[in-house]
Amino acid sequence: MIPAEFQYATPPTIPEAIALLQAHQDAKILSGGQSLIPALKLRLATPPLLVDISRIAGLTTLSEAGGWLHIGALVREADLEESPLVRSRYPLLHDTSHVVADPLVRNLATIAGNLAHADPANDHPATMLAYRAEVVATGPSGARVIAVDSFFTGLFATALAHDEILTEVRVPAPMAGSGGAYLKLERKVGDFATAGVAAQLNLDAAGRVQQIGIGLTNVGPMAIRARRSEDVLRGQSPSDALIAQAAALAQEDCDPTADLRGSADYKRNMVRILTMRALHKALERARA
Amino acid sequence: MTQKITINLNGADVTAEVEPRLLLVHFIREVANLTGTHIGCDTTSCGACSVVLDGKAVKSCTLFAVQADGRRIMTVEGLVTGGQLHPIQEGFHEKHGLQCGFCTPGMMMTSYAFLQNHAHASEEEIRWAISGNLCRCTGYVNIVEAIKYADAKLHAPAAGGA
Ligand SMILES: Cc1cc2nc3c(=O)[nH]c(=O)nc-3n(C[C@H](O)[C@H](O)[C@H](O)COP(=O)(O)OP(=O)(O)OC[C@H]3O[C@@H](n4cnc5c(N)ncnc54)[C@H](O)[C@@H]3O)c2cc1C
Ligand code: FES
Ligand code: FES
Repeated sequence: MIPAEFQYATPPTIPEAIALLQAHQDAKILSGGQSLIPALKLRLATPPLLVDISRIAGLTTLSEAGGWLHIGALVREADLEESPLVRSRYPLLHDTSHVVADPLVRNLATIAGNLAHADPANDHPATMLAYRAEVVATGPSGARVIAVDSFFTGLFATALAHDEILTEVRVPAPMAGSGGAYLKLERKVGDFATAGVAAQLNLDAAGRVQQIGIGLTNVGPMAIRARRSEDVLRGQSPSDALIAQAAALAQEDCDPTADLRGSADYKRNMVRILTMRALHKALERARA
Repeated sequence: MTQKITINLNGADVTAEVEPRLLLVHFIREVANLTGTHIGCDTTSCGACSVVLDGKAVKSCTLFAVQADGRRIMTVEGLVTGGQLHPIQEGFHEKHGLQCGFCTPGMMMTSYAFLQNHAHASEEEIRWAISGNLCRCTGYVNIVEAIKYADAKLHAPAAGGA
């Protein structure tokens, strides 16, 4: 499959990339290309210009500072998967990267691109909702910080303006007694989720849930934060009964559609089961 | 509009004027005339087009040649050195790691990249590493054996060591 013709630019700096985007209203940012190139090949997208940001220096940061894990725009899934820091301190993030697509796609796909693409089937949106992450959008008038809660605005739609580049994703550093887990039901490696659940929480000294985030993948037009499920557990000592109640609420609050991966009912039921399992695994890790 | 690019392909620079929309796999097969790299699904699923880009295995049907400008690509043709099969090729031969052979170049390039930074890998690690490469013939058992063979040969303790 051959994409429609386009022009290709590799601006060396962020301001130059932004200038190109401003000058060409139909231009598209190209990063790892693992969502955009398939779309170009199918001619679902026919932009006249691709602005390849992958040669811009300074966007490969993956480090902790000031209470955040900073993930630069060009950090790839394989980088997270292989990072000892992510593995030891951000198990939810490690889990997520490990099940995105397949190992070859993960060598190119970026975390920033995963969020910017805003495919409800992508795995990082739910995870970032559970983490209460933030993204940094850099545009003509500088950088602004967007809470992930207000970043996704619809199917394949985000709060980014056309001339803004998502330059960084920030995940809050874990507090004491934190644990998290991502569970994804997939038919086979490389498939998108039939359903996925991200859970992140921390326990206070008395063993009560202090902060909690739950995100749901591919069971709605965008990733869903399961707020009522979170509310049930916040401030409580997590019992099996409360976890089951939280899971039942997630089943109610998701909004799946039937497709080849299953009926809407089946997916709702899987959301319940996965929520239960993700919470148990997150708790296990928080107590370890 | 075309663009002039230079890709280091198996150690030799290949320079050409290409359209930006030219996929890397087509550059390799039709510009550089190296047809060992296959096109299977053309939809990023099968891994028949796997090549090694600056040390990492990627699917060359999902990358434009212009993106690889100035970078190093290794294809299955780059495995042989001085007429000597690479241990990964030897492994596929010795362990009967192929039947029709269509997936084999991609399988070998993914395994090659994997074994560059994994030694004495477990069966699970090997299966995970090749999970983006599909084989419709072998059932994978002998592919895993072939990779184990290469792993052992590449990472054998130095002869005469204590
Ligand atoms: C076979 C296959 C299976 C897959 N399976 C999964 C899966 O199971 N789970 C999953 O989560 N994903 C999956 N993906 C999607 C893959 O993870 C995406 O490639 C990735 O999410 C997008 O990142 P990228 O760097 O490749 O972005 P690109 O493809 O380069 O870009 C995607 C979109 O985001 C925009 N964009 C990219 N980076 C930025 C930025 N920094 N700022 C602003 N806009 C930007 C682009 O303009 C484009 O619209 C799969 C892809 C393939 C091909
Ligand atoms: S041809 Fe590239 S993944 Fe199948
Ligand atoms: S040997 Fe035929 S597809 Fe693998």
